[in-house]
Amino acid sequence: MARTSSSKENAQALFHSLRSAYAATPVNLKIIDLYVGFAAFTALIQVVYMASVGSFPFNSFLSGVLSCVGTAVLAVCLRIQVNKENKEFKDLPPERAFADFVLCNLVLHLVIMNFLG
Amino acid sequence: LDLRFFYFFLSICESASFFQPISDSHRSAAVELFSPDHGSLKSLEETYEALRTFDVLGIEKKPDVTATACRLVSETVGSSSSTLKNVFYALKANSIVKCKINDKAYQGIITRLNAAVDGASSLPDFYYSVGGLVLVKGSKGDVHLADADGIFRSVKAFRQSDGRWRSSSSNPESSAFAAGIALETLAGVVSLASPELDQSLISTLNNDISKLFDSIEKYDDGALYFDDKLVDGHDHQGPLATTSSVVRGLTAFAAVTDERLNIPSNKILGLANFFLGIGVPGDAKDLFNQIDSLACLESNRVSIPLILSLPSTVLSVTKEDLLQVNVNTVLGSNAPPLTVKLVGVFTSGSKAASLVESQELVFDDGTGMYNLKNLPKSIDVGSYTFVFEIVLHELEHEKIYITGGQKKVPIFVSGLIKIENAEIAVLDSDLGSIETQKKLDLAGQNAVSLSANHLQKLRVSFKLTTPHGLAFKPHQALLKLRHESKVEHIFVVGNSGKQFEIVLNFLGLVEKFFYLSGRYDIELAVGDAVMENSLLLAIGHIELDLPEPPEKATRPPPQPVDPYSRYGPKAEITHIFRAPEKRPPKELSLAFLGLTFLPLLGFLIGLLLLGVNLKNFPSNAVPATFATLFHVSIGAVLSLYVLFWLKLDLFQTLKLLGFLGVILVLVGHRVLSHLASTSAKLKSA
Repeated sequence: MARTSSSKENAQALFHSLRSAYAATPVNLKIIDLYVGFAAFTALIQVVYMASVGSFPFNSFLSGVLSCVGTAVLAVCLRIQVNKENKEFKDLPPERAFADFVLCNLVLHLVIMNFLG
Repeated sequence: LDLRFFYFFLSICESASFFQPISDSHRSAAVELFSPDHGSLKSLEETYEALRTFDVLGIEKKPDVTATACRLVSETVGSSSSTLKNVFYALKANSIVKCKINDKAYQGIITRLNAAVDGASSLPDFYYSVGGLVLVKGSKGDVHLADADGIFRSVKAFRQSDGRWRSSSSNPESSAFAAGIALETLAGVVSLASPELDQSLISTLNNDISKLFDSIEKYDDGALYFDDKLVDGHDHQGPLATTSSVVRGLTAFAAVTDERLNIPSNKILGLANFFLGIGVPGDAKDLFNQIDSLACLESNRVSIPLILSLPSTVLSVTKEDLLQVNVNTVLGSNAPPLTVKLVGVFTSGSKAASLVESQELVFDDGTGMYNLKNLPKSIDVGSYTFVFEIVLHELEHEKIYITGGQKKVPIFVSGLIKIENAEIAVLDSDLGSIETQKKLDLAGQNAVSLSANHLQKLRVSFKLTTPHGLAFKPHQALLKLRHESKVEHIFVVGNSGKQFEIVLNFLGLVEKFFYLSGRYDIELAVGDAVMENSLLLAIGHIELDLPEPPEKATRPPPQPVDPYSRYGPKAEITHIFRAPEKRPPKELSLAFLGLTFLPLLGFLIGLLLLGVNLKNFPSNAVPATFATLFHVSIGAVLSLYVLFWLKLDLFQTLKLLGFLGVILVLVGHRVLSHLASTSAKLKSA
């Protein structure tokens, strides 16, 4: 009883500490996290749709899912570059990272639109 | 090979001639050709031709024809402007219809004709003028030619050395046609001359006529005719008109002289055969020439041809037909007393002796024909040549008439052939034992049904006997087997004497039949021209079982396809479409579309919860505009993508994208560098 309860307590303690730590992250990072979550959910919904009705225009499905996945990946890259605690990108101005993010997204979406059919 | 035609026309290989005298078919043709609605009674010449033809054939002239003719005649005779040719033909027509012409008109005519004779320069001028005077003399009586000798010599001046005559001094062409006209003219001169003409002139003309007859031409069937070969084609009269002209001239001349013309009589017979051999002409002028010439020959003073003809050359032994022979003059009138002898009967194409003795035919007063009482027993079915001879009773008649010696006539003797013991059987190959045997009734219907395999044989046999009990070999005795796929095979049925038999050994025929098993229709054809009961009979069918064809076996020949079938409708093409994919129902898709927007909503709500603000937006005017431009151009690019999805193609998009991209990069660079510099200033400060 004590071990299970301790593991449950440990889990809860872990969760709480994560929550409080997360609250300390800067707002712009939180925005980016939110964006990633949004993209992931959109991808999930599309997968569920495909699972229910079949993958007939497979190219459309792929382009939809990959657009979400791609934009999420790009957002993660942005987060890494913008994060001040990340020593590697100390000298990179965040505006530059943002500009890269925008450009790559535009290229990604051009390809996605072409593949959408 | 079409087995349907068993009757072939007889081919005359020898010079066996066979002509019929004038008959009622000529009379009906004359009525038809010379009818006014035929349009052939316009000129005097045609009117005269019609009248003469009707007169010779003994056809009653319709009153309106006579009336029209009389009107034309009196018009021409009365007018002083009518041509010489018209006057001549008017007088000729008048000699037949005998209209009343008053004396004054006659005097005028006579004066005119005399003047024409004096002033004549070409042969036709002499012909019309002298001929006209002869005709006037015929109706009036007292007409004489003043200088007969001189006129005779003038006409003779047109003679050429080869026996032909020129028609005018200007035209060097000589023709037999002109010779005929000249002879007729000279005959007219002789009959009009008073005192009598110098006889020596007439004798030399006799020689000219013999010279003319040297140029006579001959057909294979014994007909003789004259034809001119003129360089100037449009004057060419044709053999019928040329020969008619010569015959008219010849007979006219023979009528006025007592001297015997030295023309062989069988040449006269040859000329008669030429005219009779035409049959019934289809042209009015040809019919006139034919009838007129035959009328001249009918009672000419050289020799009158007698024509032997048979009403039918096919006699039936079974029906016991009588052999009948007719002897007439060319116009069909009665001949003088004579006997017809059957000299001999020979099988066609054989040089063996005659099958019958020479015998006389019996004259039947009722029909006016000579009959052979019974066909001799030695004459069975087949094709024969009968040889006849005419013997005149009185000796003097032999100078007047020409009979033409022995006449060969091809005759077919037909009859019913007895077909007996007809049967069809299937035999076993080695032993020859009969498996199936069926009797056939070749006079009626048969529907035999047999079956055989390739180890068996098919035998068809029958017996043929002529009415006199002899063996008969027909021209065609064929057995045909036709497969259901229309491939046919034909076999000849051989015979030994009266028995006909054919045995088809299928073992040897397997390859010839192309290994086609199945149902074969059997057809038997037995036929000959002299067989009255020739037959083409479907006997029945046989189911043949042949082995499978080996690899290298020849295929049966392709059967003829109806050549128009390729224009018919073709086979229907059924297209197989790919089944369209099953699409989800519209409502479900729309629901999920809505669902997709939910995360976006969640994102926006999260942003609000985080407390985002636009504080970092530049406040100064220039950076502010750039910032807005930056956002606007991003929006433009995204809407360009939407347009690209909706209707643009890649190249258009890339062009626009390049344009927008440049703007975006410039603007973005300005804004972001401004933002970077402000945040750097804040940091340092």
